[in-house]
Amino acid sequence: MKNRKQETADTSDLLAVQSLSKAFGGLQALYDVSFTVERGTIYGLIGPNGAGKTTLFNLITGVFSPDEGRILFENKEIQGIPIYDVVKTGIARTFQNVELFGGMTVLENVMVGCHVRSRSGFLGAVSRLPRVMKEERRIKQKSLELLDFVGLMPYSDQKSTDIPLGRQRMLEIARALAAVPDLLLLDEPAAGLNAVETRSLGELIAKIKEKGITMILVEHDMSLTMKVSDMVVVLDQGQKIAEGVPKDIQSDETVMAAYLGKSG
Amino acid sequence: MAIAPHRIIYLIFPSIIILAGLFVQNSYYLQVLTFIGINTLLALGLNLLMGYAGQISLGHAAFYGIGAYTTAVLTVHYGLSPWAALPCALAVSALVALIVGFPTLKLTGYYLGMGTLGFGMIVHIVFREWSDLTGGASGFIGIPPLDLGPISFSSGRNYFYLVWAIVMMCLVVSNRLINSRVGRALRSIHDSEIAAGAMGINTMSLKIRVFVLSAVFSALAGFLYAHFVMFISPGSFDFLVSIRIVTMVVIGGMASIWGALFGATLLTLLPEWLHAFSEFEMVVYGLILMVVMILLPQGLTRGVLDIYEKSKTRNR
Amino acid sequence: MQEILQYVVSGLTIGAIYAVIAVGFSMLFNSTELINFAQGEFVMLGAMGLVTLWGVFHIPLVLALLLTVAGVSVIGFLFERLAIRTVRNPHPIVLIIITVGASIFFRGLSMLIWGKDAYSLPPFTDTPPLDVFGAKLLSQSIWILCISLVLVAGLYFFYKKTLTGKAMQACAINKKAACLTGIPAERMVLLAFILSAAMGAVAGVIISPITMCSYDMGTMLGLKGFCAAMLGGLGSLWGSLIGGFLLGVLESLGVGLFTSGVKDAIAFIILLLILYFRPGGIISAKSVRRF
Repeated sequence: MKNRKQETADTSDLLAVQSLSKAFGGLQALYDVSFTVERGTIYGLIGPNGAGKTTLFNLITGVFSPDEGRILFENKEIQGIPIYDVVKTGIARTFQNVELFGGMTVLENVMVGCHVRSRSGFLGAVSRLPRVMKEERRIKQKSLELLDFVGLMPYSDQKSTDIPLGRQRMLEIARALAAVPDLLLLDEPAAGLNAVETRSLGELIAKIKEKGITMILVEHDMSLTMKVSDMVVVLDQGQKIAEGVPKDIQSDETVMAAYLGKSG
Repeated sequence: MAIAPHRIIYLIFPSIIILAGLFVQNSYYLQVLTFIGINTLLALGLNLLMGYAGQISLGHAAFYGIGAYTTAVLTVHYGLSPWAALPCALAVSALVALIVGFPTLKLTGYYLGMGTLGFGMIVHIVFREWSDLTGGASGFIGIPPLDLGPISFSSGRNYFYLVWAIVMMCLVVSNRLINSRVGRALRSIHDSEIAAGAMGINTMSLKIRVFVLSAVFSALAGFLYAHFVMFISPGSFDFLVSIRIVTMVVIGGMASIWGALFGATLLTLLPEWLHAFSEFEMVVYGLILMVVMILLPQGLTRGVLDIYEKSKTRNR
Repeated sequence: MQEILQYVVSGLTIGAIYAVIAVGFSMLFNSTELINFAQGEFVMLGAMGLVTLWGVFHIPLVLALLLTVAGVSVIGFLFERLAIRTVRNPHPIVLIIITVGASIFFRGLSMLIWGKDAYSLPPFTDTPPLDVFGAKLLSQSIWILCISLVLVAGLYFFYKKTLTGKAMQACAINKKAACLTGIPAERMVLLAFILSAAMGAVAGVIISPITMCSYDMGTMLGLKGFCAAMLGGLGSLWGSLIGGFLLGVLESLGVGLFTSGVKDAIAFIILLLILYFRPGGIISAKSVRRF
């Protein structure tokens, strides 16, 4: 406990998860999970299916509130804050099962991402004051830049669900980046991607890191996770079973056991 | 390029209205055209809620009725001028929408449908039973016509112009709204509520606000209806009317502003045409609803466009 | 006291009708997650069918009952095949409009057949009313109560003891998994439609002697039946039964306390309260939302 408190006082930590627990009915999805994420790093979160990775994401982003424990973001408690307010503090995410806005174009999807960094309301929309139009232009400009950043410029006017899955995942990242996050949570961004797409995803993640954005990555593709992550946390059946740099995790016996199903 | 056709339509549309007003002499036709305008307002309002935000309401006739009855009560019982009653009618409708919206919009799917239906039923029963205020089942008579200074709207033509001027205003408002930050947020709720939340959109609050706005549109339609026919009865605001508004939106094509106009036109004209079928009216009406939904669930506008595009690609 | 008892007794009678309609809703919802807005029209068709067969053609009662229910079941079968199976985009809004369209269609059709007149039928048997602690229980009420209870018990048995019933439940819980175990899920959906149409018809035939039967009697009954189903917990057999009785009694007491015009509002106020506070129905332990 003492050690943990010292960690949160350290200003280089962007996110601190402290003794987080969450149960759904009788199922203990997460039990007493703690770790801290240093600013500017990529944190890999791995574990077998059902280990609680997505639950952890949902707790951090405010989809659910934890039964116990605290989540500190920039040294402020954020657990229990509703999902739409968590984004304001600077945490954005992508979804495991791509959750794009299917009725809108690629560009509009990113423009929705800018929602939290813009202000115009109903009256603004109807009156179209110069201030509103200026904001609208800024949103569009920034969205186009982000599309360019993830390499989706040629698709900007297509319907978002009409583009291939690999590009849909890129679009989700662009949309999340539009919220100008300090912390970006990527939920299995490589799922369903082919080797080429996975490689360009790896490059994109590196580019995002260069912008100084901290990331937590849930991923089953081990080679990608181990390559891009600075630190790796291993969850199994809702509990943290290992934490360390990728090299150590790869040789860790408990981790091997969890993955290969050996007990003890 | 994408904007140009829209600009043109803003010129063409008013011209059509003005020409229609000049050349249509038959007062029955003018009356039908005015009803199309009133129904377009209803469809536009519900379209914001259902087409864009993806929240069904099977009780929108309630807001239509609240608009009509509020202005009727205030002008007849309290002697207010209609123009003073108008903001009251809109405000009452908005207030009711706000109160009802809070618990109701937490529901989804069929439950939301049933919740709004139940609300519509209750309001209808209130209109019918609170006879001291509403005249009960036999209706409310003697609602004054509208006039503005020297201009009287009691003539069919003037009322036609008034209604369509308001329709055009609401078309512009809807169009501006959906092509804005708020509009995008609305549409995002339709597609994925959880992702919308993750974008920082307070989905509940937005849903309530658009529910209120759509209730205000409906109340406006109710106000225009009451002062047009000058007699209202609960039957004009019952469950079937709610369903008719939903049908206008769906047949016209959800999430399409011109679709709302088209749907309202069709659904206003349909019963007029079906009079020719007299006894068969309901059968044909029911069949049309089913067939359109089975074959063209995107609505007629979108469906016909899809078929056209498919045939074009095939020809290539 | 006497008066209240009388209200309760007549409430139970109409409640039994609501219960049977509610069971129809629940069964269909279980297998298809669909709410059929035309359910009330099956009730109307049942009543009008009996009016024709028994009242006009004087076919023996039992035969007329069976024929009517069978006939409405066939309509349910056709409805599923022609209007539901063919839907390409099974979005709730689309299905709501299709079933509403069907309800208008059925109403229009029966207006063509039977006109706008209201018909009435004598009770099934001429036995004198039963005296229950001073409250009168009409012979038709006894028929209604018995038939509805036997029906729900039969359905319970069907679900718990027969293979088909179990297969239907399996489909309700997880359609894909049921398909994988070799259950013909599509046929189960069809069966659910037929059974729920039959439920509606039964409600229609048993209510016909105590009400005026006309082409437009179904809508309100259907909606009330839905309120009852929600009250007890949509998808639950016993819940529908209890919901139906409860709604019937509350309405009946409401008539005693308020005017009869307000009576109709009671069901919908209850509906809203249930939706807002206990979407799983009054019986379920926790508030489960199925969507």
